[in-house]
Amino acid sequence: MGYNPDKPMEDRITDLGPPHYGELMPPVIQKNFGKWLYHEITQPGVLMHKAESGDECWTVRVGAARLISIDHIREICDIADKHCGGYVRWTTRNNVEFMVDSKAKVQPLLDDLKSRGNKFPIGATGASVSAIVHTQGWVHCHTPATDASGVVKAVMDELFDYFTSMTLPAQVRVALACCLNMCGAVHASDIAILGIHRKPPMIDHDAISGLCELPLAISACPLGAVKPIKATNSKGEEVKSVKVNAERCMFCGNCYTMCPAMPLADPEGDGIAILVGGKVSNSRAMPKFSKLVIPFLPNTPPRWPETVAAVKNIVDVYAKDARKYERVGEWAERIGWEKFFEKTGIPFTIKSIDDYRLAYDTWRTSTQFKFTSHIK
Amino acid sequence: MPKHDTPLLDELEKGPWPSFVTDLKRQAATKPECWDILGQVELSYKDRITHWKHGGIVGVFGYGGGIVGRYSDVPKQFPGVAHFHTVRVNQPSGLYYSTAKLRAICDLWQKYGSGMTNMHGSTGDMVLLGTTTPNLEPLFYDLTHDLNQDLGGSGSNLRTPACCLGKSRCEWSCYDTQALCHFLTNKYQDELHRPAFPYKFKFKMSGCPNDCVAAIARSDFAVIGSWKDDIRIDQAAVKGYIKGEFPSNGGAHAGRDWGKFDIQKEVLDLCPTNCMWMEGDTLKIDNKECTRCMHCINVMPRALRPGLEQGATICVGAKAPILEGAQFATMIIPFVKVDADSEYEAVTENIEKIWDWWMEVGKNRERVGETIQRVGLPTFLKVMEVEPLPQHVREPRSNPYIFWQEEEVEGGWERDIREFRKRHAQ
Repeated sequence: MGYNPDKPMEDRITDLGPPHYGELMPPVIQKNFGKWLYHEITQPGVLMHKAESGDECWTVRVGAARLISIDHIREICDIADKHCGGYVRWTTRNNVEFMVDSKAKVQPLLDDLKSRGNKFPIGATGASVSAIVHTQGWVHCHTPATDASGVVKAVMDELFDYFTSMTLPAQVRVALACCLNMCGAVHASDIAILGIHRKPPMIDHDAISGLCELPLAISACPLGAVKPIKATNSKGEEVKSVKVNAERCMFCGNCYTMCPAMPLADPEGDGIAILVGGKVSNSRAMPKFSKLVIPFLPNTPPRWPETVAAVKNIVDVYAKDARKYERVGEWAERIGWEKFFEKTGIPFTIKSIDDYRLAYDTWRTSTQFKFTSHIK
Repeated sequence: MPKHDTPLLDELEKGPWPSFVTDLKRQAATKPECWDILGQVELSYKDRITHWKHGGIVGVFGYGGGIVGRYSDVPKQFPGVAHFHTVRVNQPSGLYYSTAKLRAICDLWQKYGSGMTNMHGSTGDMVLLGTTTPNLEPLFYDLTHDLNQDLGGSGSNLRTPACCLGKSRCEWSCYDTQALCHFLTNKYQDELHRPAFPYKFKFKMSGCPNDCVAAIARSDFAVIGSWKDDIRIDQAAVKGYIKGEFPSNGGAHAGRDWGKFDIQKEVLDLCPTNCMWMEGDTLKIDNKECTRCMHCINVMPRALRPGLEQGATICVGAKAPILEGAQFATMIIPFVKVDADSEYEAVTENIEKIWDWWMEVGKNRERVGETIQRVGLPTFLKVMEVEPLPQHVREPRSNPYIFWQEEEVEGGWERDIREFRKRHAQ
């Protein structure tokens, strides 16, 4: 049996949808579904959920690279088979959760996880830095301005002690998107690491008419910087093409998404911007966008030392200065962004002043401000 | 397939965080194309630029999404990744797995793919990274026949819906997020597999305003659990927190000495509406003033719980910055019952109203949040047949430029300029 290439439509099944989650949950979860009373984090990486029935679900949370092999998944399965009755789950931040139904089963599980080198770091609970949600980068994407997995690995190595402990004022959510498309939707993260371009697209006049719908390429630009022209290809023929008004380009890359003949990635042009202070939770303050505080750091593989140092500095200063429960954005707003720049030592540049849509909402229209070292 | 030297990537085998490089090398023992992944990524590390070509439309017959085409721009050097298409597999609600299911996926990917995955993609799918065009139909056949599983979404269609773990292991979830996610994914299979929209459309479901799937930041249609009545209080547990018998915030701050728990400073003073106070050692809440931010419940999970009249708030139109700037979802429907018995009618009727309108007026590659920005929230509320509420805005408009309709103005707009001139000289 199996697929028959001579009769591709034979026995075809479509539109099945996902497997039902019901039978994929551990028995203690199935039994107490909707009947949980409270939870407690008993040590970093270990959560206890108490049910009305008196049952307890003990969860051990471990970090993982998002890019993982089937051999690694099989090792996760081995652990889940041995300790957890053959069930396991992932969190929305790429952590893996092993669940057991009694406290007595926790220590053997922890011992097993710790015996496997650095593959299963235990943590990511409470006032910690959880795993970084991220995109594909150079491992699999055609539009990135930086790598994803490598930057994340280097940053998490540096923030590792914050992952395995709960010493911060609140949870710190770090996210990375390798270009402005933001598949990772990093725009509401405590700290966002964002790949950016700084050179306008090149135009491949030899390929453009075969690869692209010119009107789509032109309308892809939100600033009207792409215009139709007649150009000459390398054979000396006149072809319909486009030009880019570089002065109006904001390097979003949307034209390249629509038209493969307009590549803009570049080793010197591309790099990383850092945005801070976003959150999605409604807890205390309403959700907030992340704000751009460092406009550019170079792409420096394999370990991106400038980016690693910048992120570590922000977390360290926040850890020392913020009050209990304050997220990075709440802290920055309480002390004032001028103080944020002073305390972190991040140079304030004109590039942090918005000049895109709705920019005016971010300008200071008040005499209320703090005198910091910025005012000479 | 030969091994490649990877001196730059080898630097990422150092340090305490799990190394994807070490993992790739381990997988290369049985899936030698992993050497070519390592080789090509090493080249990118050297050149500081991607080596993947733009796009390439591939898929399985009858579906317009679920497979993302990917080709190397250096295929001669790295033939193992010359074709390297992504397969998105629809995840189960809440990301729970039996090891039997997971091992079956691993075996499938051993047979047809590179052996590398993302657990999970940003939208929520299991992402299988790297296979060839000829393998796609056989893989899809085995996935549907043997594993009883299906692909997720990509392109201008309904993207794979995702939810938090909801009632399965959280005491705060105000509705069954997994059940709604599963129901909607199945109800809208056609919209998920066959692109017919102006652009992508995402559903995300969070059980409470803590919003662990970031629905309000990244979904076109966010269903966020909430409640209408009073926060449940266990006064004995409140006293327990005050006495220090229970750790604040479920132990989340236990790694540092923050001093003795101070309910005034840590709960009452941080309440955004100041609707809580103590009478002796009894906690009082003026629930009419509460905006359900979750802070007090987060800090004292044994003492406080969401009310019992539970449902959800529907917010519409979130997106990342491309192109018009980032948008959070705008609150449109303050409260709906999320009710399986009615087949979630209160949710689906709102979804379908949005789609009917957006498919007509949305421009190519315009997210629904951008369409709403373009036409204005008042127009969208009319589309949704929703009465305008003060809750729809943070504050009323400060400009007077109202688009009055002719029928709203006494006498209409037709006037006679000659009659006007009889009384008003030029």
